[in-house]
Amino acid sequence: MRRFTSALFLAGLAVLVAAVYQQMNLAVTPLAGDAINASAGQQVGAGNIVTAVVLAFRGFDTLLELTILFTAATVGGLVLGKPRADAPRDPDAGFILQAGADLFFPLLLVVGLYIILHGHLTPGGGFQGGVVLAAAFFIPVLARPGTTLNHHAISLIEGLAGASFIFIGLLAMFGGAAFLTPMLDKGELGTLLSAGTLPLLYLAVGLKVGSELAGLLANLAAAEATD
Amino acid sequence: MLDLTLIFYIAAVGLMLIGIAGIVLSAHLVRVIFGIAILEAGANLLLLLATYREGAAAPIMVNGEFPVVMADPVPQALVLTAIVIGVGILALTLSLALRVHRAYGTLDIREIRQHMEQDIAAAAGIEMPTSSEAPLPVYVSEEGGP
Repeated sequence: MRRFTSALFLAGLAVLVAAVYQQMNLAVTPLAGDAINASAGQQVGAGNIVTAVVLAFRGFDTLLELTILFTAATVGGLVLGKPRADAPRDPDAGFILQAGADLFFPLLLVVGLYIILHGHLTPGGGFQGGVVLAAAFFIPVLARPGTTLNHHAISLIEGLAGASFIFIGLLAMFGGAAFLTPMLDKGELGTLLSAGTLPLLYLAVGLKVGSELAGLLANLAAAEATD
Repeated sequence: MLDLTLIFYIAAVGLMLIGIAGIVLSAHLVRVIFGIAILEAGANLLLLLATYREGAAAPIMVNGEFPVVMADPVPQALVLTAIVIGVGILALTLSLALRVHRAYGTLDIREIRQHMEQDIAAAAGIEMPTSSEAPLPVYVSEEGGP
């Protein structure tokens, strides 16, 4: 009976979506995409146009997105609370995970920083690299549940990264431009030192995302089991 | 005619349907959360597909030159945002579910609802809300009452 109602529900929903699909005007020419594609390379100086959109054309949105992530991480930590000192812990992981964690830590660190620093040239950027950085710091915690991340250092990095993002945006305002307007020399298109403040902004984003996710994952892993 | 784009559309809409069905029909809290995650994946795929053009390359410089035909970068940036926010939602809902399990010892939505109604009634010092047409309780609490 329950399966039948589920199937009925799904079928009705599918009919609804199909009706909407009939009304949709698909494959329309983009409103702003072509114009951005044509001019972003010269205007912003970034080889990756998605980065140009994320940080230059709608940098303020990215700041708000970081705020959402920060709120989620903060509330997550608040909800989970601190585990008691005498709370039972998971035993250490086996040899393979421990050795793998030691082996992968420097590799993940280098890959994460590479993805962040080349965010304006190649696929990737602060968000993607930040997640890799978080994984680098979280895997050792999984291998040895007794050790904990230094939460003071994490919140310090997080706060500094967020403050520097806003500070770079405010610097543009002192120059008379709008908040978060790209500044500095655009440099030669396609080289590492190009696109003005975009790599700096993405570095701040990467450090913030990485520290936030690492702290959140460590909080989740350290949460007390019920029994 | 079933071309590749249509298959991707069906996949995106199908993921969304699976996610909605998981949210609406599951009685287990973690399955509801996974339903949200699947729904997000479908929505992201749909958003990217809405501006797909035949033969368009990623809007990224290759060997010092931009490709001639490039995809619309705006939805890609939007989806980048949506994925990050999805991670935040997933972490927050999972930690809330962990907290609920710690408080009530169960993740079954119907049981949680009964526990919560009992707690609210006890805190307010009122009777449990009843109706002559209410369905019979699914679970009987330890005190013996519904």
